[in-house]
Amino acid sequence: MEVIAFFAGAIGALGGAIAVIALRNPFYSVLALVVHLVSLAGLFLMLHAEFIAAAQIVVYAGAVMVLYVFVAAYVGGIEEPIWEPIPGQRLLAPLLVGALFVELSIAVLGTALSSLDAEGPTVQIGFGSPGQIGRLFLERFLVVFEASSMLLLVAAVGAIVLAGRRRDDDASATGRGHEAEAA
Amino acid sequence: MDVSWYLVLSALLFAIGAGGVLIRRSPLVILLCLELMLNAGNLALLAFSRANGNEDGQVFALVVMVVAACEVVVGLGLIVAMFRRRLPLNVDDMRELRG
Repeated sequence: MEVIAFFAGAIGALGGAIAVIALRNPFYSVLALVVHLVSLAGLFLMLHAEFIAAAQIVVYAGAVMVLYVFVAAYVGGIEEPIWEPIPGQRLLAPLLVGALFVELSIAVLGTALSSLDAEGPTVQIGFGSPGQIGRLFLERFLVVFEASSMLLLVAAVGAIVLAGRRRDDDASATGRGHEAEAA
Repeated sequence: MDVSWYLVLSALLFAIGAGGVLIRRSPLVILLCLELMLNAGNLALLAFSRANGNEDGQVFALVVMVVAACEVVVGLGLIVAMFRRRLPLNVDDMRELRG
């Protein structure tokens, strides 16, 4: 049963990931990423990370993907050039990716850590529950918690500064600025 | 399921994300591929946390999600700013800092 669940999640995650890089329309790529994230949340549940799985669904598949969909709709279809800007790029990239996968697998499996060949120790009830994670965050990792909240604040302010409308930018970007304002 | 299965799956997902960054030229899709790589890292962190029976890895994974959210917000802000200024949305054309 667990094997079936793992392979269902793995196939969903792999299919979503391949669809993200294979589909030409960015909008469909975003939707494929949602499939990938939901499958990964299932795998997280199997690893007894219940709070992370819930956060993955709510924060990632919910909020972040909505942001992506908005930007994909705002920017519209980005046409990518059919020709290769760097010669041999599309031929060389899969080779490098295969090499990277082999290297990572060797690094992981070659360690011969005995704990990797087992399911891991039996965990007590409540492992990975919101209560446990919250206790860790507010006691042992309090500085990390505060630092990540500062990081989120800085990122929000930075995004507003970056994407905010500035009149002189619009006018001076190109000659077409005034048409956009009229529209 | 052995923990090593999760680790191999995470290596494969990371490789797919890296391949997307190499192949695709649209900044939006490159951000999506960065998400793929960060999530592969999260999967590995959670697998190690399970292998050790210790929840510290899960806290690390949550911090990775926070960093990913920040990266998305700033990256999408940059894309919107590029679109507003009518710069080409193609990473190969953005090479002014190349020297």
